[in-house]
Amino acid sequence: MNQITACIDGSNGATAVCAAASWVSQQLEKPLCLLHVLEKPAGREADLSGSIGLGSREHLLAQLSELDAQRNKLAIESGHLMLEAAKECAHDAGVTEVSTLQRHGRLARAVAELEEEIRVLVMGRQGDDHSVPSENAVGSHLETVLRTVKCPVLVTAGEFVQPTSFMVAYDGSEPAQRALASYGNSPLLRGLPCHLVMVNHDDEAHKAQLEQAAGKLREEGFEVTVAYLSGDVQSQLLAYQHENSINMIVMGAYGHSRIRQFFLGSHTRNMVSHTSVPLLLLR
Amino acid sequence: MLNTLKLDWLSNIRGDLLAGTVVALALIPEAIAFSIIAGVDPKVGLYASFCIAVIISFVGGRPGMISAATGAMALLMVTLVKDHGLEYLLAASLLCGVIQIGAGFLKLGDLMRFVSKSVVTGFVNALAILIFMAQLPELTNVTWHVYAMTAAGLGIIYLFPYVPKVGSWLPSPLVCIVVITAVAMFYGIDVRTVADMGELPDTLPIFLWPDVPLTLETLWIILPYSAALAAVGLLESMMTATIVDELTDTDSNKNRECKGQGVANIGSSLLGGMAGCAMIGQSIINVKSGGRGRLSTFVAGFFLLIMVVFLDEWIGQIPMAALVAVMIMVSIGTFSWDSIVNLKKHPISTNVVMLTTVSVVVATHNLALGVLIGVLLASLFFANKIGRFMVVKNEQTAEGERSYHVIGQVFFASSDAFSKSFDFREAVTRVTIDLSQAHFWDITAVSALDRVVLKFRREGAEVELIGLNEASSTIVDRFGVHDKPEEIEKLMGGH
Repeated sequence: MNQITACIDGSNGATAVCAAASWVSQQLEKPLCLLHVLEKPAGREADLSGSIGLGSREHLLAQLSELDAQRNKLAIESGHLMLEAAKECAHDAGVTEVSTLQRHGRLARAVAELEEEIRVLVMGRQGDDHSVPSENAVGSHLETVLRTVKCPVLVTAGEFVQPTSFMVAYDGSEPAQRALASYGNSPLLRGLPCHLVMVNHDDEAHKAQLEQAAGKLREEGFEVTVAYLSGDVQSQLLAYQHENSINMIVMGAYGHSRIRQFFLGSHTRNMVSHTSVPLLLLR
Repeated sequence: MLNTLKLDWLSNIRGDLLAGTVVALALIPEAIAFSIIAGVDPKVGLYASFCIAVIISFVGGRPGMISAATGAMALLMVTLVKDHGLEYLLAASLLCGVIQIGAGFLKLGDLMRFVSKSVVTGFVNALAILIFMAQLPELTNVTWHVYAMTAAGLGIIYLFPYVPKVGSWLPSPLVCIVVITAVAMFYGIDVRTVADMGELPDTLPIFLWPDVPLTLETLWIILPYSAALAAVGLLESMMTATIVDELTDTDSNKNRECKGQGVANIGSSLLGGMAGCAMIGQSIINVKSGGRGRLSTFVAGFFLLIMVVFLDEWIGQIPMAALVAVMIMVSIGTFSWDSIVNLKKHPISTNVVMLTTVSVVVATHNLALGVLIGVLLASLFFANKIGRFMVVKNEQTAEGERSYHVIGQVFFASSDAFSKSFDFREAVTRVTIDLSQAHFWDITAVSALDRVVLKFRREGAEVELIGLNEASSTIVDRFGVHDKPEEIEKLMGGH
């Protein structure tokens, strides 16, 4: 729980990730760790001759390890360059304590192994595989990581601009209340004006909940604006964010069961794929 | 979890489809050949290969590994089929699956760590030899046509891959089978064909409860076979999983694989197939052809059945000689060539373990027995080696006084040497035995010490023991220290 970890890769988003992580690191006064994970590519040359002769196994092992060795040497080298660039970027942003880390394997697993150390995880919306950025593409790792880790995750989208205000999507659910407690006490967003927004719960009970939440935030010293919206959750939230030129969204992630999501989709997933500002997801 | 599923199934679609198809083509001759070894109709092996491959692709713990009807399992079934018939084989396969699921829950996959490298090599070599020997009946008392066809088949299998372009994307065993079959049909050569060996499948498999009396008597008939099948199946599956892990540089879940093998065997037996397990040769072919995910195993099983059901007329025409050629390739590919080269390099005890495993299996046709004896032998050699890490020094400290200093491991294998290192004939009044650098591992060691002390006393000496408590602290069976380095240091260091 004592460092900010940023997932760096070769995609266009890496700069934004680095900038966002630097900002978080300075706000929380925690050291920054830049993580690059070397994943194993799936596609490779295949020999379809289907025959095995004497020493096939030994030969095949030697051949496959040779291929992997070459590929990994290059990957380590290029990852190293990415990390160096990111480190410089963080130094320029004024972060003093920056460490770098390279791991083999899958990103979600690497992050899970490091989780005890992580206070906030920062990663880009798109991965390496989206080198031609399509508007709403979400990197293949993001959802796996979001599901695996329990620490707060800051997802960057597009360029990172230091936030001047933030919006909280609040639905009164348990994850949302837990999230409230965590950002309420944290120095990360302290001093920024807050918009507490609820969609589609325009009844007394929910209004009371929202007022209560707003009260809590005010106690912590936040300047809170309360808003009720109705309609499609994701488009309403994003429209509100746009109108009020808010540049950071905070929400509890994955409030519903996987089965429900399978049929109804997930607000978290929709928000991640459509947002144009950084999204802070709290479990 | 959904993402793991996606990764296991869809991360390598093109490679998996191609590799799965290559494996399916290679599986057909093997499934037929192994059915013949077991003494059942080819359809039993083909249904088994289909069911096992398809089921294991969902429930197995090692994506990219191929499981189907295998030679190792077929060899264990021979007498059961001969004495009691197919229905008892199906029942035994069912029970084998149940035992394997139990083994999975008891985490018996972890026992694989007692199977040393030389036993694994012995197992693999014995398997290769048995598969080869199983082909010999097809090559005795036959016309010269069969020899010519087999030789030509082997030539095609090993030389075709060198043909530019075509060689690397057309499976050479398939080319061998097609060419040999075409030649035999064209010239109307009268040789034994697959159709002569028994029934081929012409429909999809149907659900069938094994038709055996549900009595204790039945259980006693099938239980020994089921237990041996379960053991060999798990052994070969675990070994193959390790090989695939190594080749692909990824991890697998061994206990899930145990349970998966069990489920697959139950499924197979209920659809009229025999028991099977992971296949070393086919898994290597799969990895070599670019297969990595679960999809490759699924495609292999599914495609196999489709081809067999729709092409049964044609498959019946395949001369046995072509199958023999393919099986000789499988046996050569399974054999660990390095183990012959390494015979000179490796210590004699390793070679003895490997060769004993091979000989026991070849003599008894039971891989489980071979592995058991190999493991026992390897443990004995190990105990013997560690037993030599014991030395007793002595010096005369004063007139009529002698002190002994024991260093090293005292246990059943070294307790005799321990007792013999004391000189009871020397007339002394006082003996000191310093045990502070010794480890007493078992009761044999403690009683040896008791005897030494008693003997000295009978000769009239006073005996003093130093450091006995520390030395015997290793007797406790449950240390639970391997995760605490400081405890190991305390135990093994110079306490």
